[in-house]
Amino acid sequence: MTERNVTHGTFSLERTYEVPPSRVYAAFATLEGKAAWFDGGEGRTVVERAFDFREGGTERAVGRWDNGTVTQFDARYFDVVPEARIVYAYEMRLNGVKISVSLATIEFKPAGKGTRLLLTETGAFLDGYDDAGSREHGTNFLMDRMGASLGRELAGA
Amino acid sequence: MNGPTPDLDRVFHALADPGRRTMLERLAGGPATVSDLARPLSMSLPAVVQHLAVLEASGLVTSRKQGRVRTCQIAPGSLQRAEQWISERRTTWERRLDRLGGYLARQTPETENGSSS
Repeated sequence: MTERNVTHGTFSLERTYEVPPSRVYAAFATLEGKAAWFDGGEGRTVVERAFDFREGGTERAVGRWDNGTVTQFDARYFDVVPEARIVYAYEMRLNGVKISVSLATIEFKPAGKGTRLLLTETGAFLDGYDDAGSREHGTNFLMDRMGASLGRELAGA
Repeated sequence: MNGPTPDLDRVFHALADPGRRTMLERLAGGPATVSDLARPLSMSLPAVVQHLAVLEASGLVTSRKQGRVRTCQIAPGSLQRAEQWISERRTTWERRLDRLGGYLARQTPETENGSSS
């Protein structure tokens, strides 16, 4: 029988991108834009995708990794201020098991010609699970990306 | 000990000292003699030699002696395992935001309305 417990976690991340807030916002507000970076990478097949980006709208992303792990993201948007702020809540499932419920806030702030993105997330992580499938595959992705970046570094040296 | 993959404990130990990091920063620019390395540091030559021994044991630095001069150089790719270890600890969101940055950079700026051709 599953041992019931909840771990709460809050974290913030900040990035600056060299493009204006309209462009960064579009990468969250359009399916085409969001799929380009959110949906995973090599080794993940999109099984189901729904994207209704508006206050009260919902988003779903179900993907299957090459090792068979299925991840499911279900979100509901609560606050949408174009080019300024997005607040949504979501649950994550791993092979059908609910592993976390989170509240995410994305803020877009002009920074010179670019954009400062602030992400704040508070999650309830359930029964000792974390986002293991995605982490493993994200790591593989990162290895490749890092390899490419190291290659560039050498080429530029 | 002098295999191609330096032990992670030794690497992080080597990196844990500001003097050794200064030496590495110098060597990242190109090979240097021991006295080159000692010059900007307020450190005796024997102390620099000791730090160098730690750096060599970690696999981050190699050195060879020609006549009376010991020349040191950073081992190519030696920091990669440390970088890899740190990268593996990055969260899902950090990786996503990296990917977002890549996506935004790849988008062609001439498409003013944000749509791609």
